[in-house]
Amino acid sequence: MKLQLSGNSEYKTLAEMKVGERAKVVRLLVEGLTRRRLLDLGLLPGTEVRAVMESPMGDPTAYDIRGSVLALRSEDASKIVVEPLPS
Amino acid sequence: MDIRRKDRDYYQKRHENLEKGYDYLVALAGNPNTGKSTVFNALTGLHQHVGNWPGKTVARAEGSFRHMGKRYKLIDLPGTYSLLATATDEEIARNFLLFSRPDVVVIVVDSTALERNLNFVLQVLEIANNVVICLNLVDEAARKGLKVNVKQLSLDLGVFVAPTVANAGKGLNNLVETIAGVASGKIITSPHHFVLRTEIREVLDEVVPQVEKVTGNLPNIRWISMRLLEGDTKIRQALESGELASLAGINQDVSVTKEHKEAELKELFDRMKAAASPIQESLHDYVVSSIYADAEAIASKAVIKVEVPKNDLDAKIDRIVTSRLWGFPIMIALLAVVFWITIEGANVPSQLLAKGLFWLEDQFSLLFGWFGAPLWLEGVVVHGAYRSIAWVVSVMLPPMAIFFPLFTILEDLGYLPRIAFNMDRFFKWAGADGRQTITMCMGFGCNAAGVISCRSINSPRERLIAILTNNFVPCNGRWPTLILMATVFVATVFPSSVSSIAASFILVAVTLVGIAMTFVVSALLSRTLLKGESSFFVLEMPSYRRPQFSRVLYTSVIDRTLKVLYRAVVWAAPAGVLIWVLGNVNVGGESLMTHAAGILSPIGLLIGLDGIILLAYIIAIPANEIVIPTIIMGYMGTGIMTELGSTAELHALFTAQGFTVVTAICLILFSVLHYPCATTTHTIWKETRSAKWTILSNLIPLVVAFLVCFGVAQSLHALEFG
Repeated sequence: MKLQLSGNSEYKTLAEMKVGERAKVVRLLVEGLTRRRLLDLGLLPGTEVRAVMESPMGDPTAYDIRGSVLALRSEDASKIVVEPLPS
Repeated sequence: MDIRRKDRDYYQKRHENLEKGYDYLVALAGNPNTGKSTVFNALTGLHQHVGNWPGKTVARAEGSFRHMGKRYKLIDLPGTYSLLATATDEEIARNFLLFSRPDVVVIVVDSTALERNLNFVLQVLEIANNVVICLNLVDEAARKGLKVNVKQLSLDLGVFVAPTVANAGKGLNNLVETIAGVASGKIITSPHHFVLRTEIREVLDEVVPQVEKVTGNLPNIRWISMRLLEGDTKIRQALESGELASLAGINQDVSVTKEHKEAELKELFDRMKAAASPIQESLHDYVVSSIYADAEAIASKAVIKVEVPKNDLDAKIDRIVTSRLWGFPIMIALLAVVFWITIEGANVPSQLLAKGLFWLEDQFSLLFGWFGAPLWLEGVVVHGAYRSIAWVVSVMLPPMAIFFPLFTILEDLGYLPRIAFNMDRFFKWAGADGRQTITMCMGFGCNAAGVISCRSINSPRERLIAILTNNFVPCNGRWPTLILMATVFVATVFPSSVSSIAASFILVAVTLVGIAMTFVVSALLSRTLLKGESSFFVLEMPSYRRPQFSRVLYTSVIDRTLKVLYRAVVWAAPAGVLIWVLGNVNVGGESLMTHAAGILSPIGLLIGLDGIILLAYIIAIPANEIVIPTIIMGYMGTGIMTELGSTAELHALFTAQGFTVVTAICLILFSVLHYPCATTTHTIWKETRSAKWTILSNLIPLVVAFLVCFGVAQSLHALEFG
């Protein structure tokens, strides 16, 4: 899916976040089951997330989402558009 | 009218419950990793039973407890983040809450992540009134500088909140009192419901009667209607198949034809679609975000941030154990230490146990002689069944009693999810789940325990892959064979100065062969028989916790060691009888064993083994521990399973039978790759309840073992090696 980031070049996906970076969820680029799963974890627009650690293989990455640390694979994390926040 | 119907339903259900031997039905729900199973174990103790949900490969634990003379049946629902998505485990949880209508629903909540947990709580409150919140891990929250205002939370949710530290046994009495209060009706709840936007509520009000007309008197009809408006496919399918009605115990009207019913449902679904169309945004998104907005509001009111700890120790540890440089070395070192302690530590107890048990055999023998029992009876009972049990117990018990407590400590610490995190990338390639690493580690202890541990993998497809391939990691029962073959035969090819290093190297290599085969077969399965999209992967990394001694002991000794050992003993006894009969019944001057080995010999030789070895593997299916004793018995023609005192004797005996280095290599490979033992097969059946998968779990390794051994034997022969 091609990213259409409504003109804001600051936006990137959750998968592109480096460890230690904070960001705010802007929107989800996926429909169906994966969307539901991500929403269930609390990844709603406006939610603040922080990349906590990365697997030695570079994937998955664990994020602090609403107080718990959850690891997501890159293919799922890349469906989440975020706006980086100053750390 | 409605009230009378509810009364009647209530008494009818009460009556059914009493017939089933309990007074109240309690469901335990919650997010994964909230300590739900700790609460379950603490409440039920030894009174529990684990099976599968009917027709599903999702584990179902049920247990019971008594309080003030009342009997409570406790069902542990699968841990899920939501009731709104469509994964199998969520479907099970929500169907149970919706239609089995438990008397009390206990929701276990992780205090350290209240907001996300409240999302689930609020979803449950939409469909259940009689709810108790078990606010668990309050100690951990305190460590993180979070304090939960229990009264405020209780007030906002409209249900009772019982704070607990389940792994330390704190707050459980209060929890049980609260459950009893809700069950008996002494505690009245008034659950929080989120308020729908007016336009959506109007649409819903309009469609509910239409749904009720078609589906009949289902409980929670408003909730079902909302799901249909959202376009929830699982609910739709469940209505079409009649699953919902049968779950709710409603007799379907037989006079209505199937075609008529289908047409009626189709019309209903079309009308729902039309009704939902004026609402611009996605209804599901709307529902989820409203629930989360409420969860946020409630959590922010209830949670008091006492302090924000600056230097989080957890984060520091995590950075090291998942780092590019240290992640894998630490993981391998920790596992190596566990295996080393297991193998070294088990040596002496194994020998002592064997000595004691075989001494007991001699006494039994004397006893039989004293009674003047016929020799065949003594043979079957003492030298067959008993000897086989003694062998299995003495080889299996010590390593398991060391391995599982050590492993459970790693588990309790919270290290295992980090292993899964480090390894997931490899499993993603194989179309599997990173948690499979953990099940493989368990498999080193015992494959049956490994298969049981596959329950930690939520998605059924990935869980099956892990179950079907667990056998490729060699268990404790196979290590003695591998060590023996590596030291006595293969290492002798090398100069004596490096032979012990060579032997260790061979063991590592053969383990790697097993692991490689796990990946190959997992990848093949997920591209053929178990084709399908990779399930959504989420792995929670819980905070590190101090291991609870009692839990470690309980889980590792009772759950993992004794239960598995019992199953192994049950299978070993008949195998012992069979082996004794084969070795002692003569036809035409030769024992049955010799005849059978003669028949199997051509196949055996083809794959680098011989007739006796193959026969030993067939009759010793119940337990890998008795393979070598059976082979020795076959070679010596003694009629009872035997062990030899020195490796030199063994080397001489085996070599005299035409045993070469090639035979040893093939035996090692066969031992690692061949079909699971009877105990594991039995466990696979219990975990999957599927004849197809149980048969395949044996057939796949059998084919793999034959192909690999054939290939290796033939190429080594072609190279004129041995």
